[in-house]
Amino acid sequence: MPLEARGIGFRYESGQWVLRGVDIKLEPGEIVGLTGPSGLGKTTLARILAGYERPLEGNVELDGNPLPATGYNPVQLVFQHPEKAVNPRWRMCDILTEGWEPNDDLLTSLSIEKGWFSRWPNELSGGELQRFCLARALGPQTRYLIADEITAMLDAITQAQIWHVVLDLVHKRNLGVLVISHDGPLLKRLCNRVTELKSEMG
Amino acid sequence: MSNQTAVSQNTSTTIPEASTGGTMMPLLDVRDLSVSFVQYTGGLQMRFLTVITSLSLTVRPGEILAVVGSSGSGKSLLAHAILGILPNNARISGTMLYVNEDLTPERQMSLRGREIALVPQSVNFLDPLMRVGFQVRSAAHGSEAAKAQRRVFDRYHLADQVKGLFPFQLSGGMARRVLVATATISDARLVIADEPTPGLHPAVVKETLNHLRELADEDRAVMLITHDIEAALTIADRIAVFYAGTTVEIALVADFTDNGEALRHPYSKALWRALAKNEFVATPGAQPSPDALPPGCLFQPNCKIATPECASVRPKERELRGGMVRCIHAA
Repeated sequence: MPLEARGIGFRYESGQWVLRGVDIKLEPGEIVGLTGPSGLGKTTLARILAGYERPLEGNVELDGNPLPATGYNPVQLVFQHPEKAVNPRWRMCDILTEGWEPNDDLLTSLSIEKGWFSRWPNELSGGELQRFCLARALGPQTRYLIADEITAMLDAITQAQIWHVVLDLVHKRNLGVLVISHDGPLLKRLCNRVTELKSEMG
Repeated sequence: MSNQTAVSQNTSTTIPEASTGGTMMPLLDVRDLSVSFVQYTGGLQMRFLTVITSLSLTVRPGEILAVVGSSGSGKSLLAHAILGILPNNARISGTMLYVNEDLTPERQMSLRGREIALVPQSVNFLDPLMRVGFQVRSAAHGSEAAKAQRRVFDRYHLADQVKGLFPFQLSGGMARRVLVATATISDARLVIADEPTPGLHPAVVKETLNHLRELADEDRAVMLITHDIEAALTIADRIAVFYAGTTVEIALVADFTDNGEALRHPYSKALWRALAKNEFVATPGAQPSPDALPPGCLFQPNCKIATPECASVRPKERELRGGMVRCIHAA
């Protein structure tokens, strides 16, 4: 029941190819690291895997089928900048329950406080917002999590908190995770294997 | 109606200098700084958000002081307070001395961009519609601006044609170099770098940090604001650990070693142990909210060694083993 991308090619408009012939496969319960220099298309690949972009070449399959076009997407993407991933005109409680209603256990394990629910996104720090974004993405139907530098701007304690919650779900629910990061020690700590994205100039 | 007239002239209160005991006069000396925001929550009802609480630190020429702490702990606001660019609803108390003289709003205005420079967090701080060379030159003040711009471009290995480019045409690393070039073109004596390295490739991180080290080695004072302890440790001289808007500890780089026994404050220890390369342990709980700060020690609600006394009295800063700590249990 893997998430598999085969022969992915992508470019924005008629510019240079950002990705060409990229294959990547994630099994349930597996944590895979993805690293490589800036500007090589790691984020673009993340967007393609989660269905935000359609690849120009190749295809993405979940259990051998294309990603569902409607309803809850079992492949959830969490972005590097949480402040850009939330609607600034929604209160935090609405943002949190956009896809499902997270239970108290998850909120406690992410140290999300009830007092934050009535706030606006600009009243919380990046670390606090990112906890909401992660909770929002971890609904029961989520099978794969694509984590695009989700802790790059957080302090070590918050990083450890967030990753322990993800690791817990990997064990409990057999969640598959793609960790995109520049942080060598973090990848070593988290991942079963690490893939390096290399320059693919077509 | 300047909000910053509240900066007190009171320098008679003696606060033990939180430093490593160097004899060189600090370039920047912040004492007992507090910053709060006034918010109207409805009608005439006000609430105060205290974002920085009695913070003291010094930066001396030739050294890098790293300010590390979690996001939302008020690190960037400290930089904004020093530069005098806080929003109008900010209330400031305490003293800030620059070369032993009070940093009044007038002085801040004349010093910023000239003697005190900021390397901002994000490339978005560049004007998207202005050619890079022109932006760098505009920070130079004077007739020799074009020459100065060529000199800094040379220094940071930016080709001459880069000056004609717009910010969106630069790579991440190039944009970083442009930001450093802008900050250094005017021979600033104090450089404040606010999170200059998040999410960058290790090679670019290293390059940016090396630029800061070079600036310190030229006898400038550098304040590096970051959440990334590992990066800070590679170049800084001293580390100020920030939590909920105050410095809980000022430590030497050498104190960050092994299991962190040499560190003084329980939060610094927890931060060090949480690193992926160390134990990767998470301390539960979040930072206290600025509108509901605990009356005692700010870390007490999440602290494992807290005693009843911690909950009632806010610990004063004291010198300990060549650094500073704000914890009654530290030894």
